[in-house]
Amino acid sequence: MDLKPGTRWASQVCATEVVVVRGAGAPVSLECGGQPMVPVGEAPAPGLELNPSLAGGSLVGKRFAQPDAGIEVLVTKAGEGTLSIDGVALPLKDAKPLPSSD
Amino acid sequence: MHLTSLLEIAADALGDRTAVGPHDGGLTYEALLARARATSRDLGQREAQRLVAVDVNSQAVPVGIFGAACAGIPYVPVNYRLADAQLAAILGRAAPGVAVVEPSVPARFPAGISGLPMMTRDEFLLADGPDRPGPDLDPEDPAVLLFTSGTTGEPKAALLRHRHLTSYVLETVEFLGADGGDAALVSVPPYHIAGIAAVLTAVWSGRRLVYLPQFSPEAWVDLAAAESVTHAMVVPTMLGRILEVLHERGEKLPALQHLSYGGGRMPVAIVERALDHLPHVGLVNAYGLTETSSTVAVLGPEDHRQAIASSEPHVRLRLASVGRPLPSLEVEIRGPSGDALGAGQRGEIWVRGEQVSGEYLERGATLSADGWLATSDGGWLDDDSYLFVEGRLDDVIIRGGENLSPGEIEDVLTRHPAVAEAAVVGVPSDEWGEAVAAVIVRRAGSEVSETELRAWVSERLRSTRAPELVEFRAELPYSETGKLLRRVLKAELATGTSTT
Repeated sequence: MDLKPGTRWASQVCATEVVVVRGAGAPVSLECGGQPMVPVGEAPAPGLELNPSLAGGSLVGKRFAQPDAGIEVLVTKAGEGTLSIDGVALPLKDAKPLPSSD
Repeated sequence: MHLTSLLEIAADALGDRTAVGPHDGGLTYEALLARARATSRDLGQREAQRLVAVDVNSQAVPVGIFGAACAGIPYVPVNYRLADAQLAAILGRAAPGVAVVEPSVPARFPAGISGLPMMTRDEFLLADGPDRPGPDLDPEDPAVLLFTSGTTGEPKAALLRHRHLTSYVLETVEFLGADGGDAALVSVPPYHIAGIAAVLTAVWSGRRLVYLPQFSPEAWVDLAAAESVTHAMVVPTMLGRILEVLHERGEKLPALQHLSYGGGRMPVAIVERALDHLPHVGLVNAYGLTETSSTVAVLGPEDHRQAIASSEPHVRLRLASVGRPLPSLEVEIRGPSGDALGAGQRGEIWVRGEQVSGEYLERGATLSADGWLATSDGGWLDDDSYLFVEGRLDDVIIRGGENLSPGEIEDVLTRHPAVAEAAVVGVPSDEWGEAVAAVIVRRAGSEVSETELRAWVSERLRSTRAPELVEFRAELPYSETGKLLRRVLKAELATGTSTT
């Protein structure tokens, strides 16, 4: 999948939605709950289930990043599934908010 | 990302929270999205290619920005107070499209503007059209065109694409980061980049937007108090006047948490007064350009407090800096030959990052092949990457081969108790090439002589920086967005004319 900055992805097995803040240089698979995410608005494939070992969940507003792959995503809708890239769970990014300047 | 997605995602999460307007009776996030979509249907049926706004601040600004985005066309805010001929020229360049205008505007152009039908704000806020297939929304499309103030020559129109603006928002703002009671007071006009960025960052963080139609310090203080405003951004000319009103009234604005200032050089003396009068408020100094989708560097509340409390000169000096570059972009200081300079060395400020556009209507891109923007601002970085902006390179005074920064001299002058405002420019000199000239506005009821001011600067900087010419005036010339019009002063002083 082409994780371009600004693209939006939805989980097929829970309510999670994310937006890509920083994209990957190379093609990777972004997953949630053990299943590949699909573009927001696309119907999930039938019969998929949340993998119980990847059901850590994530909260709205949290950022997850894999600095080595250059990927950062922001959770725009909370859900039960764990976000992962090629099967490896994405670590939570400790983001220090900037002071509002506008 | 596209601005439409920005609003859709926020509306999904925040639905019935007030997005814009007063505590009671404002537009909720859902209502703002619905209004933006209705606007886009109207723009669609008119086949508008641009949405031009010639109006004061109101909720029509966020409706216009997002309505144009939903319609897949750019939003083009223009200063309605421009003289008729100048406004007509800009509107001619902005056409074809549809304009939403302040009620007095149509009468100024009895023959109309070709290709630019006008409607009033009230009509605009009720407009709708038939359902139609939505346009393809491409992040590459232009989102906003901003005509820069252009103190000389033809104003340039900076072009910002959806990806520039959304990158700025995603990188710098915490999604839903605002508390339910937060409110941002917007007093900068919509044709200023800060007026655009205010809408986008407030929507993404979940902060209610409160609009001041036109700035006056009294109205600003009234509205900030009445709406329990927590966040606000002001340009330099506003802050000093606001502080005077607060002081006269003994008003402390207890709800205010964050006050940011930018859009031009702020005299350090005013920052110190703000810290003194509003100790509970976090001050934020932001440096940015239209071409960079707003902020490039910020000096945060903690930086301010550390600087004012410090006895170390280099820390104390940071009060005059614009803070550190955003983590999401790169800043370099470069010399005349384009080579990067080290800490402490003065040169031109260059910027690179996803939010940097550097593109203009009718002129195209100005970024270097590897994505850097030359800002035309002079400055330097200290050892800890604090950025000091010395103003436009064109404004640097070259006296006998020595480069003098007008801002540095102005800061010293405004610290004099009798000086309210100061502007320093170079004037032609047979002896030195250029000589330092200062135009001073004295505080009401205060007296100070030319000799005294010259000595004041000599003692604090060096004698080469002391103004050879000092002129006293009732006021200084500023642009509508608070930028000192140095070139006007320079021309007047060079020819010995004066407007006052």
